[in-house]
Amino acid sequence: MVADFEPKIVAFCCYYCAYSAADLAGSLRLQYPSNIRLVEMPCSGKIDVRVILEAFEGGADGVYVAGCLEGDCHFLKGNIRARKRIGYVKKLLDEIGIGGERVEMFNLSAAMGPRFAEIAAEMTERIRRLGPSPLNKAYKKEPASSTAG
Amino acid sequence: MIIAEGKPIAEVAELIKDAKKVLMVGCGGCVTVCLAGGEKETGILASALRMLRQQQDNPLETVEVTLTRQCDPEYVEMLDKYVTDDIDCIVSLACGVGVQFLAERYPKWVVPALNTKFAGGTVKHGQWEERCGLCGECILYRTGGICPIIRCSKSILNGPCGGSQNGKCEVSPETDCAWQLIYDRMQALGKLDMLLEIQPVKDWSKARDGGPRRVVREDVMIS
Ligand code: SF4
Ligand code: SF4
Repeated sequence: MVADFEPKIVAFCCYYCAYSAADLAGSLRLQYPSNIRLVEMPCSGKIDVRVILEAFEGGADGVYVAGCLEGDCHFLKGNIRARKRIGYVKKLLDEIGIGGERVEMFNLSAAMGPRFAEIAAEMTERIRRLGPSPLNKAYKKEPASSTAG
Repeated sequence: MIIAEGKPIAEVAELIKDAKKVLMVGCGGCVTVCLAGGEKETGILASALRMLRQQQDNPLETVEVTLTRQCDPEYVEMLDKYVTDDIDCIVSLACGVGVQFLAERYPKWVVPALNTKFAGGTVKHGQWEERCGLCGECILYRTGGICPIIRCSKSILNGPCGGSQNGKCEVSPETDCAWQLIYDRMQALGKLDMLLEIQPVKDWSKARDGGPRRVVREDVMIS
């Protein structure tokens, strides 16, 4: 593991749940790692493979999509579709040596502020364990840690 | 439409391993519809290849263009301004036809990013199936609109064979016996007697024979 590695994680959050849950976590004064960059989405089903890849190309070490609980999507099936797309991206990231574990799908409701903080911590921990993305130049010259593949 | 499927990324990466700058060309026709080689898939493949190469400390530069169709010179021409001297290789995300049209026009190394599969259609979102074997002389009018060339595993013209079991083909329980379908459909149409008519041998010279087939329409030629 690379010492002092602070992962950069992009979280694509559905406006109807995760994004509001983040607000709630804030109002509740819950602590969650500052590694998370939030991107608001109209629905988790809006997630596009290209956008996730762009995040990785832009230097993200991890990405996750957070949508409503299954069965509760405001647009009925957006979160189910997002999950499938995440499955596709996982395979693709494995294929190109970045590693599918760097991307994940989570489900929560707008009322789950504490869960939001927990997910942020969980993902930060996971990425810290995996080490920097093989594309993350800032850490690239460190002795071999994660040349996934 | 023509149905195609992306080659594994590693395979495409290997094909362009000596190139520093590639022109990635999507097609707005069939392969956009079957989600194999449209603008979106071109973007995904380009990004994946760049990330792969970045890890090998051998960065790849990509230029992405999606043409309306790659099987029509009037659209292919629009690529001229992108095919600059510094482009080491062109990656086509069209069917095999598109790849060849690009290779015919440009003196560059042109590689296919897709495997072209068949002439078919969408049976449901995300699933495509073969329907026509491009035999050159359609006989659907006497088979109830069901193609025996492609949908019968043996392409027989006087089925069903002995491998037809409960409406399924012996090759797989998921494959309907085309001749059972044909029989049922002709029966429903009240045209079973048509199946009893003796047919002349099918003229396969209209299919794959004598090099590339050609269709000519003098009346629409403008020069
Ligand atoms: S080049 Fe191939 S995929 Fe593109 S429109 Fe023509 S036939 Fe269809
Ligand atoms: S009979 Fe020939 S042209 Fe007609 S659908 Fe079958 S293969 Fe295609």
